[in-house]
Amino acid sequence: MIHTTIENRLVRLFKEKKQNILNIYFTAGFPELDDTIRILKALEKSGADMVEIGMPFSDPLADGPTIQASSMKALKNGMSLKVLFNQLRHVREQVTIPILLMGYLNPVMQYGMEEFCKNAHACGVDGVILPDLPLNEYKEKYQTLFHQYHLSNVFLVTPQTSPERLKLIDELTEGFIYIVSTDSTTGGNKNIQSAEEYLHRIKNANLRNPTLVGFNIKDKSSYDFACRYANGAIIGTAFINMLSNSTDLEKDIECFIRSIRG
Amino acid sequence: MKYTVDENGFYGNFGGAYIPEMLYPNIEQLRNTYLSIITSESFLSEWHQLLRDYVGRPTPLYYAKRLSELYGASIYLKREDLCHTGAHKVNNTTGQILLAKKLGKKRIIAETGAGQHGVATATVCALMGMQCVVYMGEIDIERQKPNVERMKMLGAEVRPATSGSRTLKDATNEAIRDWITNPVDTHYIIGSVVGPHPYPDMVARFQSVISEEIRMQLAEKTGRDTPDYVIACVGGGSNAAGAFYHFLDDKSVKLIAAEAGGKGVHSGYSAATTVLGKTGIIHGSKTLLMQTEDGQIIEPHSISAGLDYPGIGPLHAHLFESKRATFYAITDAEAFKAAMQLAKLEGIIPALESAHAFATLPYLNLKKSDVVVINLSGRGDKDMLTYINRKHEFSD
Ligand SMILES: Cc1ncc(COP(=O)(O)O)c(C=O)c1O
Repeated sequence: MIHTTIENRLVRLFKEKKQNILNIYFTAGFPELDDTIRILKALEKSGADMVEIGMPFSDPLADGPTIQASSMKALKNGMSLKVLFNQLRHVREQVTIPILLMGYLNPVMQYGMEEFCKNAHACGVDGVILPDLPLNEYKEKYQTLFHQYHLSNVFLVTPQTSPERLKLIDELTEGFIYIVSTDSTTGGNKNIQSAEEYLHRIKNANLRNPTLVGFNIKDKSSYDFACRYANGAIIGTAFINMLSNSTDLEKDIECFIRSIRG
Repeated sequence: MKYTVDENGFYGNFGGAYIPEMLYPNIEQLRNTYLSIITSESFLSEWHQLLRDYVGRPTPLYYAKRLSELYGASIYLKREDLCHTGAHKVNNTTGQILLAKKLGKKRIIAETGAGQHGVATATVCALMGMQCVVYMGEIDIERQKPNVERMKMLGAEVRPATSGSRTLKDATNEAIRDWITNPVDTHYIIGSVVGPHPYPDMVARFQSVISEEIRMQLAEKTGRDTPDYVIACVGGGSNAAGAFYHFLDDKSVKLIAAEAGGKGVHSGYSAATTVLGKTGIIHGSKTLLMQTEDGQIIEPHSISAGLDYPGIGPLHAHLFESKRATFYAITDAEAFKAAMQLAKLEGIIPALESAHAFATLPYLNLKKSDVVVINLSGRGDKDMLTYINRKHEFSD
């Protein structure tokens, strides 16, 4: 097993910071097509440690109503991988925090995996999350490509993931492991406190990768709770909900991040 | 050429299990156990008894004399419309409910388009005393009302899918989201040969009882156990998979698949996947898929809710690519007329889905000596509203 040889902002962040890493998810092209860079800059300025940019898909199986709706709106606005890479072309002149792209396999497949990795790297993207990319397919077909372009590939684990599989996922992950907090789609309303035993088990699993907890993190108390068991947490749906109601993106984003950091 | 699934869940270039991690443990459990469970003697004896005493199998193979005269060939109808609940779907749900019980599941979810799979699922849940939730697109709830009422009467909860095209694709999305949320106590009874491996193979095996019977019945009636043609409609492709299954390796048998051409293949209102689709991923399976250049799934259209799906099962994508099966895109109007014709000629009102299969007959250049089997996948009771309301639109 060859372990990580890749160098990127994500790997560096986790070397430097071990606690309370705040990762914010938002859908590219939402609320308006050209908000991507604006939101990225506002997030960095407000103190988010890293971001996940959602690549919208027409049929997002693992997402609840909020991210479904933001994806539909983004597609209607004209978002696509081509448009997104165009928007991100000069992002590294303005934003320094790690950026991941998250989405479903089909649009990436149609774009072409190699072309996708190449362009992501050229824009300064640090990692990719494709929840429906099978582990063995990644290993056999794409791992070399990801290494070549210094992209971290992030896999998910859930409360039902077996210890053996957790180990396998840890082997293949470079960056961090995405701990799905409860059995739910994004934006679920299960109580994250009910996940305590599972989060405890993951914390003590001796993983080589850092971990971030996502799904059902929506406010300061759920964020603080998650951070006790992992290196940080991911907020998506609550952030999108805020964006939906925002009249002043910069101000509202700052306010949102402050409400989480406290 | 091999037409059965390989050990990785692929039919040629199609199939596999492209699922988020949340679904992995359930799919893995199915993959590891389905074959040993559904081929075990105790399972088979229980299932066969249900098929015989409850479903009413074997269904007849009926020689359609007047239809045969019209098209100049010997045409037989495999009467899946006479199954309990009115379609082939119950062959699969009886099998999967027994499997769910063996896996210790307490709650069943399903998606449905025409409502036939929903009814067949609600039926076996009533039979086994299991909780049942069926997801159905809002549009389909409207156009297949009788089936919605049937499901409710059978004790199922029908939940509308309100996203996207509000049809079968979206009902399937919602069912998958439910399974992500309830992975431990719930089994998802998929209604066609779609979804992640092992579903396509499992459902095909349950439906293969159709061609197993056709072979025996045809031998009894004609002295030969293979026809020249087997014809079936393809939504996801379960009735076609069942009708083709035991003929896949008999090259002399021409396999004909009817998909939904909607208002015309290039009208923008169609579900003709083999014409319009390219390789992509839908509902956990790599298959032919109607999609934009950017990989967004295109909302399909068909007059028949059961064929209104932007993909086809991976087996069928393979049969298409390898040219083992020939696909015809049948328009709404052609299907509608074929239904009217069957009603008048044979006294049988078919489901709109099944009517698509009959509408391929004029395209086939049949010879007098040809023996043709059409899989009559379901009856038309559920479609009476459409038949009544749209009669004027489609009569010349
Ligand atoms: C009568 C009938 N035939 C065919 C279908 C299409 O499904 P499949 O292609 O899986 O047989 C349906 C689906 O609802 C149906 O009700």
